[in-house]
Amino acid sequence: MTAASGLVSGQVARPPALWAPLLKDAVLAALVAVLLALPLVGLQTYDIGGGALGIRTHFDWVALAGATVFGGRLALRVVDRLYRSREQPGSMVLARLAIWGSRQILPITLVGIGFAVALPFLPFSSRYLIDLGTTVLIYVMLGWGLNVVVGLAGLLDLGYVAFYAVGAYTFGLLAQDLGFTFWEALPFSGLVAASFGIILGFPVLRLRGDYLAIVTLGFGEIIRIVLLNWAPVTGGPNGIGEIPRPSFFGLPFARSAPEGVSTFHQFFGLEFSPDHRVIFLYFVILAMALVTNLFTLRIRKLPIGRAWEALREDEVACRALGINPTTVKLSAFAIGAMFGGFAGCFFATRQGFISPESFTFIESATILAIVVLGGMGSQLGVVLAAILLVSLPEFGRAFAEFRMLIFGAAMVGVMVWRPRGLIAHREPTLRLGPQRATR
Amino acid sequence: MAYFLQQLINGLTLGSIYGLIAIGYTMVYGIIGMINFAHGEIYMIGAFISIIAFLVLGLAGITYVPLALAIVLLITMFFTSIYGWAVERIAYRPLRGSFRLAPLISAIGMSIFLQNYVQIFQGARVKPMPPLVQGGFTIFESGGFAVRLSYLQLLIILLTLVLMIGFTTLIAATPLGRAQRACEQDMRMAALLGVDVDRVISLTFVMGAALAAVAGLMVTLYYGVVDFFIGFLAGVKAFTAAVLGGIGSLPGAMLGGILIGLIEAFWSGYLSVEYKDVSVFVVLILVLVFCPTGLLGRPEVEKV
Repeated sequence: MTAASGLVSGQVARPPALWAPLLKDAVLAALVAVLLALPLVGLQTYDIGGGALGIRTHFDWVALAGATVFGGRLALRVVDRLYRSREQPGSMVLARLAIWGSRQILPITLVGIGFAVALPFLPFSSRYLIDLGTTVLIYVMLGWGLNVVVGLAGLLDLGYVAFYAVGAYTFGLLAQDLGFTFWEALPFSGLVAASFGIILGFPVLRLRGDYLAIVTLGFGEIIRIVLLNWAPVTGGPNGIGEIPRPSFFGLPFARSAPEGVSTFHQFFGLEFSPDHRVIFLYFVILAMALVTNLFTLRIRKLPIGRAWEALREDEVACRALGINPTTVKLSAFAIGAMFGGFAGCFFATRQGFISPESFTFIESATILAIVVLGGMGSQLGVVLAAILLVSLPEFGRAFAEFRMLIFGAAMVGVMVWRPRGLIAHREPTLRLGPQRATR
Repeated sequence: MAYFLQQLINGLTLGSIYGLIAIGYTMVYGIIGMINFAHGEIYMIGAFISIIAFLVLGLAGITYVPLALAIVLLITMFFTSIYGWAVERIAYRPLRGSFRLAPLISAIGMSIFLQNYVQIFQGARVKPMPPLVQGGFTIFESGGFAVRLSYLQLLIILLTLVLMIGFTTLIAATPLGRAQRACEQDMRMAALLGVDVDRVISLTFVMGAALAAVAGLMVTLYYGVVDFFIGFLAGVKAFTAAVLGGIGSLPGAMLGGILIGLIEAFWSGYLSVEYKDVSVFVVLILVLVFCPTGLLGRPEVEKV
């Protein structure tokens, strides 16, 4: 539209009208915003008792929406016009940051890990903060696991939470029926989740990308509905409770232990404190997440990892080069599922209680949002996105309420403006010779 | 026998609703080849707008049911279409030519956004709607079991039929329909021949949203309850219907919708209510694995 108007004004040799089209555009956008907001924001339904609804009007909010969109659209277009030929300042800053980040990846990583290890012992740290850190790390681990599937292999998995659930329930059932401890159950959780990945992946991995996404979504829902309704085994909506806590090489974290077993604080001669277990859980998930990351970083350099990335970029070319897409995709799927299973096992032991409510589609969407916002394939981005997602509600009730709203909008925004992720700068893992020579 | 017939009627009603939503999926997929994951949310928004419109009309004193229904139908279609248009304009249009999964991820983001938007501004509680259209025919009775066709079910099936006929005519016999079919076959060639592709795509979203709005209105009347989460499941079911019928095919979407409605009705009637949603997901997986072109679809040629 701008090009066309420029052409017309050029023909009549008149300086292009600068403000009129911008204003018109912004007014139109505001009008649409008002129409959108009118029924759903302006007219709010509420219970008036007796199963009936009343209506409250909020036309001030509608006006606010219109004004915001007007201003925002105008600002966007002005920036667009000023920087039409050059790159926009905001995205330039982010790009610089990304390039700087990718150059300094080793120091950043070391500082990050150092901080994560030191966190429980810092003076300002509290039990609450460590709990929060544990939650962040669960999401980081899930994000890194899903990143294998989405970021590296380019398969959109909308049912990742199913593997998380399988891992958690594997441990829950093993503990309930056979008396397994966390450390005994951990490998089985990963194994069972990986098998589920293979069982699901085998028939469906031939499908095109977006069909695959929907099928994985269906699979995630099937798992949840089965967990919900197969009450004799899974406990149905009540879930499984009294899942054992992990021990420190056989030393339980408890005030007093049964005969013949010494507890953690007795063994090390410490004063008993319930914080020990919280800190221990934090370090367990930190180690698990770091192993996931290390594994991913290493496997990217192996033939199978290279095949994943190649397949993401061009499936037809891969086939022509003799890569079997099904096996390669299956391996990515199974490995991603395995990490999901490990994380699920940890989740079960941390909560001590699991029920199908923890494994809804929203959870899958949250993990996917973390991966997308962090930049698909970027390990550091996942950490930042997970910190953001988990800590947003801590800034106040408004943020808690608007968290998923913001994340949904951010997913759209990232796809529109920076499809590689907010601060991702993805170098190809492998370069051909000559370019290396010029460096 | 009577029980069977009753399930058939219920299934047809449900299927009409799914079919109307499925058309939105299939049209969008036919033209730009993406799954509009947010379409289920558009349907949910349609249901909310219809309930709000009923309330406003009630306050305005319009209580004659056919008139109220007609006005609500128009209002719901109008406002929901704007949502359909805006979603395309904001979340999909800037992504033409982006990498393959970008529109789908954007659509999922949009879906999360719309769900939470409605939840925040309208509340998370279930919204009840008093029954407006009551009564019905008793077709026949056997062994103490009466097969009933309520006026509402009749209305839903008839309205769907009318919309389908109107819609098929629109696609087959108007310049807009011709432009849509041209874009479906070859978007670039259509653009070269002077079809305004952006406009056609926008109108496709508007039409899909309008039909989803009708479905939303029907569900509000049929079940009498609406909440912000209904779009997810209905969206997946309607998508399954579109795939089953052959994605990209309009009669296929309607056929698929009716089949899914019947499967769901018979499954909950004869097997188990708990697993009725599983039945739909199983159908989806089976169809995609064994017969990805669906019943009436064309086989897809993968281009490099």
